Amino acid sequence: MNINIALIGNPSAGLTTLFNQMTDGTQHTGIFSTEANRTKEGPVKGHKGVNVIELPGTYSLSAYTVDDLSTRDILLHGKPDVLVNILDATSLERNLYLTLQLMELEIPMVLAFNMMDEVRKNEISIDLQAISDILTVPVIPISASKNQGIHDLIHYAIETGRSGRIPSEIDFCTGHIHTAIHAISHLIENEAAEANLPLRFATTKVVEGDQVIIETLKLQAPELDIIGHIIDDMEKHLDTDREAAMADMRYAFIDKLRAKTVKNESPETLEHIRSVRIDQILTHRVFAIPIFLGIMFLVFYLTFEVIGKFLSDWLAQGIDWLILEVGKALVTSGASTTLQALVVDGVLNGIGSVLSFLPIIAVLFFFLSLLEDSGYIPRVAFVMDKLLRKIGLSGRSIVPMLIGFGCSVPAIMATRSLPSKRDRQLTMALIPFMSCSAKLPIYAIFTAAFFSKNEGLIMTGIYVTGILVAIICALIFKLTIYKGDPVPFVMVIPSYRVPSMKSVGLRMWENVKGFIKKAFTVILLATIVIWFLQSFDFGLNMVSNSEDSILALIGRAAAPLFVPLGFGDWRAATALITGLTAKEAVVSTMAVLTGASGAASLELMLGEIFTPISAFAFMVFCLLYMPCVATLAAIKRELGGLKYALVIMFFQTAVAWIVAFILYQSLNFFFG
Amino acid sequence: MTLDKLKVGQQGKIKNIGGQGAIRRRLLDLGLTPNTIIKIAKVAPLGDPILINLRGYHLTLRKEEARHIYVERIIE
Repeated sequence: MNINIALIGNPSAGLTTLFNQMTDGTQHTGIFSTEANRTKEGPVKGHKGVNVIELPGTYSLSAYTVDDLSTRDILLHGKPDVLVNILDATSLERNLYLTLQLMELEIPMVLAFNMMDEVRKNEISIDLQAISDILTVPVIPISASKNQGIHDLIHYAIETGRSGRIPSEIDFCTGHIHTAIHAISHLIENEAAEANLPLRFATTKVVEGDQVIIETLKLQAPELDIIGHIIDDMEKHLDTDREAAMADMRYAFIDKLRAKTVKNESPETLEHIRSVRIDQILTHRVFAIPIFLGIMFLVFYLTFEVIGKFLSDWLAQGIDWLILEVGKALVTSGASTTLQALVVDGVLNGIGSVLSFLPIIAVLFFFLSLLEDSGYIPRVAFVMDKLLRKIGLSGRSIVPMLIGFGCSVPAIMATRSLPSKRDRQLTMALIPFMSCSAKLPIYAIFTAAFFSKNEGLIMTGIYVTGILVAIICALIFKLTIYKGDPVPFVMVIPSYRVPSMKSVGLRMWENVKGFIKKAFTVILLATIVIWFLQSFDFGLNMVSNSEDSILALIGRAAAPLFVPLGFGDWRAATALITGLTAKEAVVSTMAVLTGASGAASLELMLGEIFTPISAFAFMVFCLLYMPCVATLAAIKRELGGLKYALVIMFFQTAVAWIVAFILYQSLNFFFG
Repeated sequence: MTLDKLKVGQQGKIKNIGGQGAIRRRLLDLGLTPNTIIKIAKVAPLGDPILINLRGYHLTLRKEEARHIYVERIIE
């Protein structure tokens, strides 16, 4: 029998770490993970037919963000065989709140008390058996980051899933609420069954006044009337409203449960104290913002100037050598000149020019994962909220924005943690201005070719330009389309954790794999097409000079658009067009079109097409113009419409043109 | 008084949560229920938002949201 385990818990309770331990990081797409949600799914190692699905972290089933909503939908309609609810055992109160709601879903369930190593270190004693007895679900102590207890957990999850035992109903012993729950439960029994909702869950949601669930139940007017009376009565007796009453009931139960089962609970654990100490510096009133800027500078400096660059240069030499050897081998094997040209000038040069940047991208993702997993990014949201609010955003938007420096696609997915549609749209429109790692090869080649003395300065300039343009655009949006009130900002700030190297490594590997895959699919295809178009004319004769090729014709048609920006060369225009498939293709196209072999000769060839000023304008245009197809697809998917994606596409290209125009013309005026 | 009036280091006991809609629901879900004790841990560098400590964890929210939370100051 196949078993589907759904992994659920508060954000930062250790969901991803546990998922990685249970699966060894292998993921596949399955029935639960669609393009439209952020679940991860993979086979449980050592257990055939057992799958685990990681649902987006959530605090409650009352669906506040898009992530919350998709988690709730999967739980209600995906029908997993067993829930593994992971809890941060050092912060049980808030974590158990979700547990109490999950128990209403009438799905077999196991509790994984995570971070038990920290609990023991703090000499807190938790009577797991007693908790298990009271809640009627198995409780397994684990430490996901130290890989302890995972084996037991998997065993219990499978066993519970097979047995189909659902948690018993909790008696909250709360008089008036209990009466209301009891009465409403009888009243909506048929409707809940009809709507395929667990009765307990539907009942508490009706008591809370959850509009989505009430509509799903399709209750008739007389029933709604009676429910109204029951609620009025309850509210009058309790002297509070329905929502507060329910939250209070659950938390009161948790307080009692903790009083019975948790001993020696210090309000401040060692980790908590350590976090507060770290925050005395990192979120210091004066130093917080300079420190944030310093950290970001350090990340980029290490990536581009130190570690990543060193590795990339080394890899580039290897690739150049390989191209040379393959070329020689083709000559000696007597391959036709067309084939030689295709393999060496087309495929190898194109892909090679892109692949050599792999180390830089890997290093950048390493640092971004480190920042995310350590718990620093929520602090940035806290520190920067007021500034972001001035441009119509909230501190929460900083999370997807920072991910955007890696890749826009996951960044756009990450906007699902934002609570309002307005914030999501605005953040998505700005994410592509955070220069993604795929644009790195472009800057690297151009700075090396034109600004070898000031590489760092120019590179920083490009990134800063992107951020400045984003700020200006946000301000314009705020004054025009996105007026209205600021949305609330409420965010849990987790304790700092030492990032698990396994998680960081896996995330880095995922992205590296994606990059390599892209190089050998989209970019390979693009280079072959480009090579073909630039090697043949419309009569399909091989041309001796690419000036006469099909591509030159297309490029020339587009080129006049770019004359005012200083790069009206047909090759530049063509590279920008192919860059829409993936930004790295700008470089590979340039390599193919100039017939350069290796990075050094490409740099030389670029000198014939660009001046330093037009090269800078070109980089800025690449930074800002419409995002790649993958990003556009993600935007379309997230906002459910082609219209918005098209608007973003035109808007960004227009911005790119205007900014590049202003830069080119003014720089030319002053320095030209 | 309301939560935004408390200063860093001061403690308060929640009397009730005002406001309405999704954000109020969220605050309740996060454990800001009547009688919960809240401590102001920090104010962001630019004076807003604030960082509060409750139920053994940290939460940040804007003063705008804190204005809807009615508290009674606890003097130690």
